[in-house]
Amino acid sequence: MADRETQRAAVIAAVERVADRMTAEKTYLTELDSAIGDADHGANMARGFEAVREKIADADADADPGDLVKTVGVTLISEVGGASGPLYGGSIMSASTELADGITAESSVAFAEAYLAKVKDRGGAELGAKTMVDALTPAVHTYKKSIETDDLPPLEALAKAVDAAERGVNYTVPLRAQKGRASYLGWRSVGHQDPGATSTLFIMEELLATAEEYLDGDVDLEQDATSPTSPDDAEESAAEGDDDDTADDDTADDDTGGD
Amino acid sequence: MVGLVVVSHSAKAAEGIAEVAAQMGSADAEIVPAGGTPDGGIGTSADRIREAIESADAGDGVVVLVDLGSAVMNAELAIEMLDAEDSDVEVEIADAPILEGTLNAAVTAAGSKATVESVVASAEDAWDYRKLN
Repeated sequence: MADRETQRAAVIAAVERVADRMTAEKTYLTELDSAIGDADHGANMARGFEAVREKIADADADADPGDLVKTVGVTLISEVGGASGPLYGGSIMSASTELADGITAESSVAFAEAYLAKVKDRGGAELGAKTMVDALTPAVHTYKKSIETDDLPPLEALAKAVDAAERGVNYTVPLRAQKGRASYLGWRSVGHQDPGATSTLFIMEELLATAEEYLDGDVDLEQDATSPTSPDDAEESAAEGDDDDTADDDTADDDTGGD
Repeated sequence: MVGLVVVSHSAKAAEGIAEVAAQMGSADAEIVPAGGTPDGGIGTSADRIREAIESADAGDGVVVLVDLGSAVMNAELAIEMLDAEDSDVEVEIADAPILEGTLNAAVTAAGSKATVESVVASAEDAWDYRKLN
């Protein structure tokens, strides 16, 4: 099944990219967290995603793409200390059920919404509390609208979602933290960028980069596929790869508020 | 007897609180500390909390005492994991200050008529204690 193989490959590629990025940004994320938190966000995210990288490498070659995404969540729960474990990992795990029938434009929107709902529920944070929710909410809403209302291709929708997440990250700077360790600082949290919103953006950027790579044909998975490559097939398969990434995106949220 | 699980970001703090609570006279309740991350760092772990809940349960349920943010989230996640496994352990998280709440809970939990509800209520009564007059 070409589509399923493409989705699997995209999920694995996204994990690789996110793990590389978290390791590269470890110091930066920790600096952000040392200003208003407990200075462990970079280390936690890097350790968590390096563990995910290993786990995915060992995953059953026949695993469904949705199962791989679930593995990402379960691994983060076990490996990440701090709030990122339950927020990122628990939410990815629970939203991964939306991908049971594969990663499509439709299921990636469902995943994104389920992920956001779980993050908000678990962390008890609403928009404006200076948490990952401030990056994630505009991103998910933009993605959904782009797909469902504006009928954009998933890659474009994801690019718009990343832009929305970036604005969300900037929006956290002047806010006073109301959740997590930062809330203990009160007004002293004002003027600092939220680490969880930032790592959420980084993950989304890597999902977009993965989508671009697959959709632009740098990696031609169609060649490995057993199905013929008609223009329609290619388009469809590309769209699915995208979605994949998106799904991960959403998945990737993090440590917003908790400590 | 209702079991207790003490969840703190520090393994030492969780052990210390369990130790202080266990000294409470007649309180021979099962008090299981679940602090820190699996690698010994500062943080909390859903897996570790889930194991502690299973170990604390003697049949009448378990009350979980927590410190900050992720302790609450990981305790909730641990309970969801138990539910997903069709566990029949009755578990509640007490909304209480962790040290005073654990002391109160330990006294109540050791009683023969203790229930999860009565232990949670007694842990939450700890909010009323003042340290200075």
